[in-house]
Amino acid sequence: MTETDRGLPVPQTERGLPVPENDRRLPVPQTDRGRFTTGTGPGPGTGTGTGIEPERGTGPGQPLLAVDDLRVDYRTRRGTVAAVRGASLTVAAGETVALVGESGSGKSTVGLAVLGLLPEAAGPVTGSVRLEGRELLGAPDRRLARVRGREIGFVPQDPTASLNPVQRVGTQVAEALRVHGLVANRAEGRRRAEELLGEAGLPEPARTADRFPHELSGGMCQRVLIAVALAAGPRLLIADEPTSALDVTVQRRLLDHLGEVTRRTGTGLLLVTHDLALAAERAERVAVMSQGRVVESGPSERVIGEPRHAYTRELVAAAPSMTAPPAPPAAPDAAPLLVVEGLRRVFDVRTPAGARESVVAVDAVDFTVARGGSLGIVGESGSGKSTTAGLLLRLDRPDAGRIVLDGVDLATASRGELRRLRRHVQPVFQDSYGSLDPTFTVGRAIAEPLRAFGVRGRAARVAELLDLVRLPASVRHRRPAELSGGQRQRVCIARALALTPRLLVLDEPVSALDVSVQARVLDLLAELRRELGLSYVLISHDLAVVRQVCDQVLVMRGGRVLERGPVAEVFARPEHRYTRELLDAIPGAEGRRAEPVRPSP
Amino acid sequence: MTRYVLVRVVNGLFVLWAALTASFLVLHLVPGDPVAVMLRGAGGEGTAVDPAAADELRAELGLDQPVYRQYLEFVGDAARGEFGTSFRSGDEVTAVLGGALPATLELAGAALLLTLVVGVAAAVAASLLPTAPLRSAVLSSTVVGNALPSFWTGIILLQVFSFGLGWFPAFGAGDLSQLVLPAITLALPGIGLLTQVLGRGLRAALAEPYVRTARAKGASRARAVFVHALRNAAIPAMTLFGLMIGGIVAGAVVTETVFAREGVGRLTAEAIGTHDFPVIRALVFLAGALYVVVNLAVDLIYPRVDPRIVLRSA
Repeated sequence: MTETDRGLPVPQTERGLPVPENDRRLPVPQTDRGRFTTGTGPGPGTGTGTGIEPERGTGPGQPLLAVDDLRVDYRTRRGTVAAVRGASLTVAAGETVALVGESGSGKSTVGLAVLGLLPEAAGPVTGSVRLEGRELLGAPDRRLARVRGREIGFVPQDPTASLNPVQRVGTQVAEALRVHGLVANRAEGRRRAEELLGEAGLPEPARTADRFPHELSGGMCQRVLIAVALAAGPRLLIADEPTSALDVTVQRRLLDHLGEVTRRTGTGLLLVTHDLALAAERAERVAVMSQGRVVESGPSERVIGEPRHAYTRELVAAAPSMTAPPAPPAAPDAAPLLVVEGLRRVFDVRTPAGARESVVAVDAVDFTVARGGSLGIVGESGSGKSTTAGLLLRLDRPDAGRIVLDGVDLATASRGELRRLRRHVQPVFQDSYGSLDPTFTVGRAIAEPLRAFGVRGRAARVAELLDLVRLPASVRHRRPAELSGGQRQRVCIARALALTPRLLVLDEPVSALDVSVQARVLDLLAELRRELGLSYVLISHDLAVVRQVCDQVLVMRGGRVLERGPVAEVFARPEHRYTRELLDAIPGAEGRRAEPVRPSP
Repeated sequence: MTRYVLVRVVNGLFVLWAALTASFLVLHLVPGDPVAVMLRGAGGEGTAVDPAAADELRAELGLDQPVYRQYLEFVGDAARGEFGTSFRSGDEVTAVLGGALPATLELAGAALLLTLVVGVAAAVAASLLPTAPLRSAVLSSTVVGNALPSFWTGIILLQVFSFGLGWFPAFGAGDLSQLVLPAITLALPGIGLLTQVLGRGLRAALAEPYVRTARAKGASRARAVFVHALRNAAIPAMTLFGLMIGGIVAGAVVTETVFAREGVGRLTAEAIGTHDFPVIRALVFLAGALYVVVNLAVDLIYPRVDPRIVLRSA
């Protein structure tokens, strides 16, 4: 991966998504739907005074945004890299267009090029970017500054990092108005900011305006950013992966809100996303990008339903499916390998005010995993699923409960016993980059557990393991930074398998990977389970992933088990309202499930 | 908050006690007899010392007491803010210090102001430059100030601006023109350091997503720097500046010597040369107190700059 110090757009899915913070599940009152007005902000059609004169008349047939043969190069230490090599697309007023592609496809670069906010490493940009006929490419920054915010709004990807941590959110919303001189004074800016926060669906806007970003959940931060983007009443909105860092149900509410607003105000929306299903559901038209080119574009149903380009077909096929046959169950008479009873973990935290508080992260959780069985634990951020994973691995000690593996209780095992048992329970984490020492070669990383337990013949075993995870033997001399995200995760799996464990604890093993890579790693996991008779506990927020790898599922919320059972049964006939909500929130869920379930009111 | 300040003050008193104790012990371990130095007076090393006179003086100064006695007496006096009389001049130590302080305060104030203004201006200016090579050039050039020892820069400045061009008087203190060269000499290393730390902090902050958000609102590059990046980059620079304030006495030793200015720095150098224990102890106390107070002040300002910082006395 090449990076300059100013930071090329790091492929967001390769490094691991920022883990969304505990989402305080804001209840979105139904009343906020349809409450949106542009207020006293300028309505559409106030394009004068920006200093960029139209080259042609803004006729009725003209698209709002027209990108034509856009090319962007990045200068890196190893020379020039073409990020975008000829991208063309249009967005009409009131239309939603999805720009779909995997990491490194150049889709985010297109969005930034339209705004004129490319990183400095970007070399000469050629082609054309027209907003209602006015050429934006090559315009001086001072003129572009008058277009940004006022005519083009931007909703960024990582909500918590995209708000200034040292400014109150109300101030940050008001700034979008103040830089364009749309409010007379501070007080008016404040009043408008509160209105905008309310319109964005935030509860108690007056109080929220005084909060700092770290006091809000990821979903709330994204609502603040939507308020910022809409503040000055732009006619075009560019949303770059606006929800990929958020839980599925939060994601759905936010996209509903964005859709509502753009429809009501006739704003054009360019939705940059890696998620094909989401694109199909939200956009009228889809443009698919691969290696810097738009390879296919057209109406969503057509592109997804009958993809013409080979790459689009690959993307459609790789999308984790809710219709594929679920993973095979363990032998019905298999004895339990792992029995968990009454697991409980309480954390002492300090509130910002300095008071001590106890948070019950995991409470009365019990389950069993059969030999050769595979259990999926699903839930949103804060549901306690990752805490459970930490307890199973005994990286953390439970406050109560038993974790019995093969008759030995891990919760009370002595240090020596625990060390012996670690051979049998191995982890694979979400962030493959962070869980490999960057200075170790792949061979050394895989051999490390073998060395720790004094296993001989390590070189041969490493070769065997690389073969097992379908990596070429030559990889052993490379370092983690030289590998792709998918390859790195395979290395992590090989390391986990080194000591021939009986149970793998997989914590979001594929959520940092592109869909096509995801599909291949999931296939590998399914094969390994079959070949080696492994048992899995797989933690995921993605129900499709669970369906593909697991035969049993556990739905968690607020540290408790809500529902459990065979995957096929639970997904087809969810008993709990929350499980239904999770299933419905999956983009493209409707019409894909065999037995549609009505969303709960 | 009140509790936090209270705990910190108690901690500070402990630090002062430790500093005083350490200085007491070190001074007693250092070879050399202050009484001998005092009796020789202007005579220098070779002058003979009358043993009877020496014993008399020793008794008068309390130096004939056992070390633990001297220590307890010393701590008790220090707690009351009394540091005794100078071995050398026989004046009250507080008066000696009081006489030296104004000139040093003037010099330190001027130098710190210069550091802050020039350092922040250079860092901000560097981050506003259009291309990356230009920015690195400005940032790197300030390292020079940091790399040159102040006794050398002081002498060069004197050669050029006093003896050569005759713009500023070479020595003495009193009016503003006499303050310029010493203040620059004392400020130069700090300017380099502050520009480096703040400049790099600004560069990191400007690459953050929230700066992109601000630019996407229509904020200019300058606004992004001043309103958004500067405050986020300020914390490490504040820490550094606090340390600089604390270390100003050490810097004054060299500067005041080179420019033959009266002041705490000169006093320190002389007191050490003559084994003037009471004066040295008072200076150690002063420097320690300065560190403690400045550190506490900086820590109390942190949460005002970054609301994510919570003060905890634990």
